[in-house]
Amino acid sequence: MVRLLYGGRNSLLIGIVAALGTIALGLLLGLLAGYHRGWVDSAISWAMDVLWAFPVILIGIALGTALALGGLELGPVRIEGDSLTIPIFVIAVIYVPYLARPVRGQVLALREREFVEAARAQGMGSARIVFTEILPNVITTLAVFLPLLIANAILLEAALSFLGAGVQPPNPSWGTMISEGFDRITSAPHLTVVPGLMLVATVLSLNVFGEGVRDALDPKAKLRIEH
Amino acid sequence: MQSPMLRFVARRLASMALVLFAVSLLVFLIFNVLPGGDPAVRMAGKVPTETQVEAIREEWGFDEPLYVQYATTMRKLLTGDMVSYFTQLNVTEEILKGAPRTFALAIGAAIVWMAFAIALGLFSAVRAGALSDRLLTALALIGISMPVFWLGILLSHYLGSEAGIFPHGGYVEFLDSPTQWFWHLVLPWFTLAILFIGVYSRILRSNVIETMGEDYVRTARAKGLSERQVLLRHVLRNSLIPIITLWGLDFGAVIGGAAILTELVFSLQGVGQYAADAIGQFDLPAVIGVTMYGAFFIVVFNALVDIAYAALDPRIRLEGKPRT
Repeated sequence: MVRLLYGGRNSLLIGIVAALGTIALGLLLGLLAGYHRGWVDSAISWAMDVLWAFPVILIGIALGTALALGGLELGPVRIEGDSLTIPIFVIAVIYVPYLARPVRGQVLALREREFVEAARAQGMGSARIVFTEILPNVITTLAVFLPLLIANAILLEAALSFLGAGVQPPNPSWGTMISEGFDRITSAPHLTVVPGLMLVATVLSLNVFGEGVRDALDPKAKLRIEH
Repeated sequence: MQSPMLRFVARRLASMALVLFAVSLLVFLIFNVLPGGDPAVRMAGKVPTETQVEAIREEWGFDEPLYVQYATTMRKLLTGDMVSYFTQLNVTEEILKGAPRTFALAIGAAIVWMAFAIALGLFSAVRAGALSDRLLTALALIGISMPVFWLGILLSHYLGSEAGIFPHGGYVEFLDSPTQWFWHLVLPWFTLAILFIGVYSRILRSNVIETMGEDYVRTARAKGLSERQVLLRHVLRNSLIPIITLWGLDFGAVIGGAAILTELVFSLQGVGQYAADAIGQFDLPAVIGVTMYGAFFIVVFNALVDIAYAALDPRIRLEGKPRT
């Protein structure tokens, strides 16, 4: 029971932080690509295409395994292989194209609008235009995406942990708990059933909430997140 | 008409090759260059011996410059002499052995999810707002929110082991016994299909509702067609186009790795299970091989969908930048 709560804490933490990471990265890349166009746009779009070409679960496994095995060294910072940071990082990166593309598309359209031209005529610099004129118009998209991203991040975390490429034992998460329960399904099925129910309840409420946000803010938004 | 289409296909294939190249580069970087220790040690598995590590370093050329390493890895992959250090089995052969099973799973599931999505989506749209529609919408949302592997475990445990209606996992060759083959695949098909039924039926529902408001539907009704004919011939046909596109993309994704969890839970011994086992054992040559295999199918199906779309829908501008 205590493990269930701690597992939930990890699952939720990873889901939320990873989704926020995706939003930050996707927003940055989308804004850059959409506003600057030219070679910046080409480079970013192409990188997104490549990432997009990977099966979500396979690149998750690939990155997760490689990092869990060796840890990650970024200059002076060293992240151990069993740290929660690794699944967070992996999931955040995987979903970036799903956000960066729609943001880029919006920015491409927004930058031609009159109010942006007016801002430019007033002598605003690009950074200021992006932050004060364009960013507020993209916020809606982010708000629509966030709950769905969290839901999908939680599901992906569970799948990766189930496969052994996510949260590394002894750290609990709902995914690892289902995986442990799977080994004892005949003698103790509740070990599998209960964490799964928690997952479904969490993800379902996020999805319903996300639907509501979308209907309220932008009913025509086209969302597609691969599972 | 002929030549812009051909040019489009050629350009699409070229960009496909380019993306595949980049994917291979990325896979290589992830496994061989990512900081964090000696790749030879990682490749040798969990408990490497000194001589093993030395041999691997020699064979894969980890002391050579990076581009030579990349060339070595790709040559091993393409000529099919990549060997797992864990099982001593050839990676390409293992993938080819598992592929028919993965295809059987994916094709069956794709048929199941399309059939159910059309039936449920259409029903839901016709009854829009009624209790049955709301119930189906709620069920679809639950389906989308369920972890595939969890659903699979529960189905296989309760309907398989406990109730004994279905076999408890495993795969039977089609040629050995077609009925057993079918019986063993029913649960995996549905497990894999549930998520997509949820997604597709909801898209179809909103498409159908939107299409029913079009003028030509009113015209069709006005000229005296029965409701059934209007629905099937006019509304459904036009509502299906976006779904068919999605179908191609998702099919590629399922072949390319999305089926891993289902295969694993039902021990189907397909490519996905091979991948999962390889990860469990930190068997890197196998993981590299499987990742490339998966990316290949995804990229190919993306390209096919684009080309088919351009061929079917004359409104698509062939001159523009292709959607990748």
